[in-house]
Amino acid sequence: MELAAKHFKTAAAKALVDAQLQKALGNVEKGFIGKRQMAADALPEFEALRDNARDIKNHTLAHLDLYLEEYERKVTAAGGHVHWAETAEDARRIVLDICKKAGARTVTKGKSMITEEIALNDHLAANGIEPVETDLGEYIIQLRGEHPSHIIAPAVHLNKEQVEGDFRRVHTHLPEGRDLSEPVTLLSEAREVLRKRYFAADVGITGANFLIAETGSSVIVTNEGNGDLTQTLGKVHVVVASIEKMVPTLEDTAQILRVLARSATGQDMSVYTTFSTGPKRPEDPDGPDEYHVVLLDNGRSSMLGTEYQDMLRCIRCGACMNHCPVYHAVGGHAYGSVYPGPMGAVLTPSLNGIEETGQLPNASTFCGRCEAVCPMRIPLPKMMRHWREREFERNLTPATARYGIRAWAFVAKRPKLYRMAVSLGMPILSKLGGSSRRLKSLPFAGGWTRHRDLPAPEGKTFLQAWAEQQAGKQGAAR
Amino acid sequence: MSSRDNVMRKIKAAIKVKGDDAERRGAVAERLQQAPVGIVPQRGQLPDAERLELFCAMAAQVGATTARVDDYRDVAAEVSAYLRARNLPAEVRLGADERLQDAGWDTQKHLEIRHGASDGGDLAGVSHAMAGIAETGTLALFSGPDNPTTINFLPEHHIVVLKASDIEGDLESVWALLRQHKGKGEMPRALNLVTGPSRSGDIEQTIILGAHGPRALHVIVVA
Repeated sequence: MELAAKHFKTAAAKALVDAQLQKALGNVEKGFIGKRQMAADALPEFEALRDNARDIKNHTLAHLDLYLEEYERKVTAAGGHVHWAETAEDARRIVLDICKKAGARTVTKGKSMITEEIALNDHLAANGIEPVETDLGEYIIQLRGEHPSHIIAPAVHLNKEQVEGDFRRVHTHLPEGRDLSEPVTLLSEAREVLRKRYFAADVGITGANFLIAETGSSVIVTNEGNGDLTQTLGKVHVVVASIEKMVPTLEDTAQILRVLARSATGQDMSVYTTFSTGPKRPEDPDGPDEYHVVLLDNGRSSMLGTEYQDMLRCIRCGACMNHCPVYHAVGGHAYGSVYPGPMGAVLTPSLNGIEETGQLPNASTFCGRCEAVCPMRIPLPKMMRHWREREFERNLTPATARYGIRAWAFVAKRPKLYRMAVSLGMPILSKLGGSSRRLKSLPFAGGWTRHRDLPAPEGKTFLQAWAEQQAGKQGAAR
Repeated sequence: MSSRDNVMRKIKAAIKVKGDDAERRGAVAERLQQAPVGIVPQRGQLPDAERLELFCAMAAQVGATTARVDDYRDVAAEVSAYLRARNLPAEVRLGADERLQDAGWDTQKHLEIRHGASDGGDLAGVSHAMAGIAETGTLALFSGPDNPTTINFLPEHHIVVLKASDIEGDLESVWALLRQHKGKGEMPRALNLVTGPSRSGDIEQTIILGAHGPRALHVIVVA
């Protein structure tokens, strides 16, 4: 997809008044938060597992070159092929070559954010190969020509009536009078339509949740079973995965699996966790004839050893966006980037540069819920702050904000002046707040209040309130 | 320079790899060799009978059904009963697993048995699990001629036979079993961990069973 992160504010303003979208976004809070909490509460070891998962990834990243070497050796020994891609363009070229060699006309795809990152579908289509998304949510948004608005629930921005409209528009071979009023009938129809596609496809492409050095296995974690049909029924299975998906051993995988599904959907385990190692073996009655792994860097190695390294622990569970008040308000498309929400606000500037993406790390209230729920304990707010600092250093912040910060710093460094200014300003703002206790606009701060209201102050400064409280206490003691 | 060299060079520079790197190499070799077990939840650490109960309870929680039989010879009758109760045709697909060959099929004369991989035309398939995991109600299945992977995903109803003594408390114990079967570092082409029937919540976060894989999962535990 084309990066549109610099239009975040306009896109967010539109999203806020989109009634259809606002209705659908209600499902994010309803569908994810309580379930995660219940699953976490039901496992006494959950917090300790989060610590361990963090430590496993830290260890892996510190030895990433060596684990990649071992992984490559094991994949090759199992009869698979490893391809290295420095950039998105390299990865697209490699996948297209594999498809062309296989004489592919259609490819099925399991749900994968990495193939969104490298814009694989457009590249295949431009070269005469039809990509067919098979995850229900991905299938729906492919029909609509959209991109995922959530990394694990790609169609969460839609309501069932919209899906019905799309199915009626595209599945014209089915009877007009059929009932498509409920999610269950919509799912049945998609199942029916996609079944034929798996068998017709020449190549199946999936991502990977983990790559295991010990065994040379790629792992996918899914609920629908489409990823497994994709990789079992195609003649060729292509795994596209970024280098930080590496984990050392099966035991390490088990640790991270315990926090992955709980953080994502509130399941103890997703329905299907599949470990794939090489192509079909001589005695096998099914499975792909060829097994390829495309290892993608695309900017990850440049994050290693920097203040953004912790982001490489991310396992793409989506908990940060599920708990983000900004995501709840505007949905995933407003971010204008492949990865939305807090993890996207940190990752996207790393992949695409802060010049074009500066609004993303600013699209946060710093409430800290993302970090509180991140299974890998990634300090997301801290990293967004780093990006804001980089942005400021490079003079990318808007001039008004820069002058505003300078002016505030001047006053804040002079306590007497600061106290005088706030004790004058506070009662005025309090009065202006009226009965709603909110300020819809402020002189010199139009850029801020255009996108949110300012809660009106109570009328006293903290120091005044403190002095009164202390005086009251002394009075009571006497 | 190849892409591989470039990526590796960037990683090594970022990690600041120096000299012969013996310490890091040693750490990696040790971890791969010893595969240290991390935190294993208490939930599955139970005596045999209770572990079996937990497995069945967790499987039920994720929408699977379970039945218990005393002997492999009783499996076919249970399969027949399952199909009859759901008005399904008396046909099943199964692989070459020895434990499934002598499962009492001769007592179910009307039941049609198809062998080999599924071609998508089967309503019901029977597999034998390599192990069960009580902690989460999960089944572990190996690919291969004994239990073709397609049987796990294509039929509408997946019936899985599981030996009670193969029910482990946790995934880590299954890794130990796997290494006994295949050797350290070796895997079947596909290892499927299956926890309940296929599902999707992609439309309005409404969970519906039976997305692209089986709509129903039935586990027959053999004592």
